[in-house]
Amino acid sequence: MASNSEAGRPLSPHLSIWKWRVHMATSIFHRVTGNALAFAGLALFTWWLAAAATSPDAYKTFLSVATSPLGWIVWVGLSWVFFQHLMSGIRHLLMDTGWGYERGLSPLTAGWTVAASTLATAAFWAFHLFGPGAN
Amino acid sequence: MAEFALPANSRISGQGKSYAAPAGAKRTKTFKIYRWSPDDKANPRYDSYTLDLDDCGPMVLDALIKIKGEVDPTLTFRRSCREGICGSCAMNIDGSNTLACTMAIEDVKGDVTITPLPHMQVVKDLVPDMTHFYAQYASIKPWLQTVTPAPAMKERTQSPEDRAKLDGLYECILCACCSTSCPSYWWNSDRFLGPAILLQAYRWLADSRDEMTGERLDQLEDPFRLYRCHTIMNCANVCPKGLNPAKAIAEIKKLMVTRAV
Repeated sequence: MASNSEAGRPLSPHLSIWKWRVHMATSIFHRVTGNALAFAGLALFTWWLAAAATSPDAYKTFLSVATSPLGWIVWVGLSWVFFQHLMSGIRHLLMDTGWGYERGLSPLTAGWTVAASTLATAAFWAFHLFGPGAN
Repeated sequence: MAEFALPANSRISGQGKSYAAPAGAKRTKTFKIYRWSPDDKANPRYDSYTLDLDDCGPMVLDALIKIKGEVDPTLTFRRSCREGICGSCAMNIDGSNTLACTMAIEDVKGDVTITPLPHMQVVKDLVPDMTHFYAQYASIKPWLQTVTPAPAMKERTQSPEDRAKLDGLYECILCACCSTSCPSYWWNSDRFLGPAILLQAYRWLADSRDEMTGERLDQLEDPFRLYRCHTIMNCANVCPKGLNPAKAIAEIKKLMVTRAV
């Protein structure tokens, strides 16, 4: 390959010209959501624990940020990220057993993971905000 | 590590030329075609050719041949059979890999953008360097390997049921549409064999007459050669022959598990 580069040959365009379909998007999103959960999730969880352990004032600061509009966006986003990673993970698990490879079926199941994670997020917050025990 | 952006010499920043439709053309279509020549030391560019569809065959390859024959003889591309069996005219049309000869112009909405197969070294215009792809093909020893002596005076036979196991595999024309659609292959083609070559590898694993199954699996058992497939599924969704390399790869993975337990 090196000799080709030396000859000054260009690399043909790839990501910039590719027409994305849903199965390619959910595949990369599986990694993105996994990393988001690992890093953003861990950072927020650590902040919450550290704030609770430090002082009532620190915890109050955490709560004020967490219940601000930005905080809500982060919680709802993170819950969607969690459900998307879960649904996509189940799809990959099924595919590891040899199921779901048919042409046409793989884009369909990829679409299902997005629909399922969105519905699950909505259900989770509806239960949290309006279900029994909501305050 | 994957390099997501194109190298500086590969960005499509060159000044493109535009060729207008012939006078009096009623039904026109514009073809935006990737151009690069080793002779002019410039970055790749898009040239636009507007054709009269009433004076052109129905397929994208017909348009390319018309442009080369009547508008711009410097346009370079591979083609041979013009009926989807040789695999020469594989390229990226409208954001997806396919054969120009079996892709109808009318199936593309708006302008028809044509680039070479993705993430390949470009020799000229729409011609990618396939050397590495073919070397990978040779590496899986794509021929019948046996240890038992050949039967006297006749070929090695196969039952119709065993022969049927090769359906969906033997039809592969090695056009590389699938391999060059695969992001895993884009980032790791130096070590990952890619969908086309793995489908071919499975074609020999699935052949009842082949007696080197164990050795073939040993060759493939590698974090990169086989296991870089993350079931993104682009391969199965672009194959112009309707084959399913991802499923063939899954079958190889199943063989790996079966022989281990």
